[in-house]
Amino acid sequence: MKKFTEIASARHTWAWPYVLFLVLFVVLPLLLIFYYAFTTPGGDFTIQNFVKFFHTSEAVNTLIYSMAIAFITTVICLVLGYPAAYIMAMAEFKTPQVMALLFILPMWINFLLRTIATVELFHMFGLPLGEGALLFGMCYDYLPFMIYPIYNTLQKMDRSLIEAAQDLGANKTNVFTKVILPLSVPGIYSGIVMVFMPTVSTFAIAELLTHNKITLFGSLIQRSFGEGGIAMWNYGAALSLIMLIIIAATSFFDQERDHDAQKGGLL
Amino acid sequence: MTQTAMLKDKSLSTAQQEARRRSRMLMAKRIGGQAYLWLLLVVLYAPILLIFIFSFTQSKVFGNWTGFTFQLYENLFTGYDSTAQVRVDPNLYRAILYTVLIAVAAACIATLLGTLAAIGLYNMRSRARKSITFLNSIPMINPDILTGISLFLLFVFLNISRGFGTVLIAHVVFCTPYVVLSVMPRLMQMNPNTYEAALDLGATPAQALRKVLLPELRPGMVSGFILALTLSIDDFGVTFFTKGSNGLETLSTFIYADARKGGLTPELRPLFSLIFLTILVLLVIMNIRTNKHLNKSKK
Repeated sequence: MKKFTEIASARHTWAWPYVLFLVLFVVLPLLLIFYYAFTTPGGDFTIQNFVKFFHTSEAVNTLIYSMAIAFITTVICLVLGYPAAYIMAMAEFKTPQVMALLFILPMWINFLLRTIATVELFHMFGLPLGEGALLFGMCYDYLPFMIYPIYNTLQKMDRSLIEAAQDLGANKTNVFTKVILPLSVPGIYSGIVMVFMPTVSTFAIAELLTHNKITLFGSLIQRSFGEGGIAMWNYGAALSLIMLIIIAATSFFDQERDHDAQKGGLL
Repeated sequence: MTQTAMLKDKSLSTAQQEARRRSRMLMAKRIGGQAYLWLLLVVLYAPILLIFIFSFTQSKVFGNWTGFTFQLYENLFTGYDSTAQVRVDPNLYRAILYTVLIAVAAACIATLLGTLAAIGLYNMRSRARKSITFLNSIPMINPDILTGISLFLLFVFLNISRGFGTVLIAHVVFCTPYVVLSVMPRLMQMNPNTYEAALDLGATPAQALRKVLLPELRPGMVSGFILALTLSIDDFGVTFFTKGSNGLETLSTFIYADARKGGLTPELRPLFSLIFLTILVLLVIMNIRTNKHLNKSKK
């Protein structure tokens, strides 16, 4: 018992349970993706799963298509979201946080239900469910993730810098391009990552929005684990590994991401 | 806002024309900006409004208006559809129950684990802290599908049958990092010597924890807990891969299965309308309270 209290009073040991938890449920599972990706269902080493992927033009095309959709979604969100974040941050609302909250509030409704409602909206206006619906639905779901980080960086920005630029003779365009825009770059990066990562990996949404007309890479992975049965798991793991590489590459894009400020700020 | 600007405009009738023109341009700009924000909000809220409107009609098909009625609300609360003389899908209630149970349990475990981890991390040497912080960030960066599949493979590999327990573990995995990050800033802000001082003054480590550390960390723990709760309730991807096939559903996976079958259980409409209204009311109350607080501290 005394030994236990000794250990407990050294406070760095308090993190040990969580470290163990992380190793068991985060590190080990990720290693298992590698393991399954490079083995046959029998457990022998193989690169056949990747060969199969690169030889199935349909699968490769789906990956390229998904990345294109994610890219376009990100661009649209940036174009729509930056002005919104800018207006919110610059305007002197009586209660600025209310506006920001209004943009986050829809996220409390289950996103699948919102997506289904969007489909219904398309039905009501007689619009076809295709690529347009897919892009609209994606932008609709992830626009708040673009607005919020940009709004945060703009709001934290030192306003006296703008005044200083004005005093030094900068016109409005110059103030924006040389002061405000460069200072908001970290927020833009975070926004891009926060929109691109979930859209490139999404499944379910695409099926619902297009009534199974369009398959994205995420759905391809999901299917190899669902309908494919055990024989497809290794192939699915290989696809997951490709996804993991894309995600890792994207996250390097935004290394100094301040999670706390963004996600914590959502409350 | 614009009204006061207009009043000012009138009272300054003696001011120079240039100043007036500028203020008018500024006003136009402000109105334009506001209009853009409201336009975005209208689009953002349109689907939710649709759910709300169609919660007041009885039609089984979402988007079909068959007259105003509170019938669906009645069905939701009684569990019995008196017009069609059938029970409301009992799986819906099980899904609600499991969603709440898993969210509360996962948030509690995550708050405990995350708070201890944050205290531990704070007292570590910087190299160990850096590598654990990196590990902690993996579940936040990883998209749902990868967290879900990697855990799915783990449970398959270890021959653990999937069900309530595996979903709970999975939810703790993606909730805890946010608790750690909510508690950490509180630790950074507090005076590191108070805990030692309590020990020197004769408190046992347990007393020092309860009377010194916890009160300081509580706001961070509360926001971490609420964040964990919302993340868990909203999750679909991770639950989908870890729930197994013995009938366990949360609201998300229930809706997904429902939508794939073709029809949406109509009682979902009043359910989510009520959830949305509750959150709206809570936020309004919270906002009023913080505003009051701000006003008080200003005085």
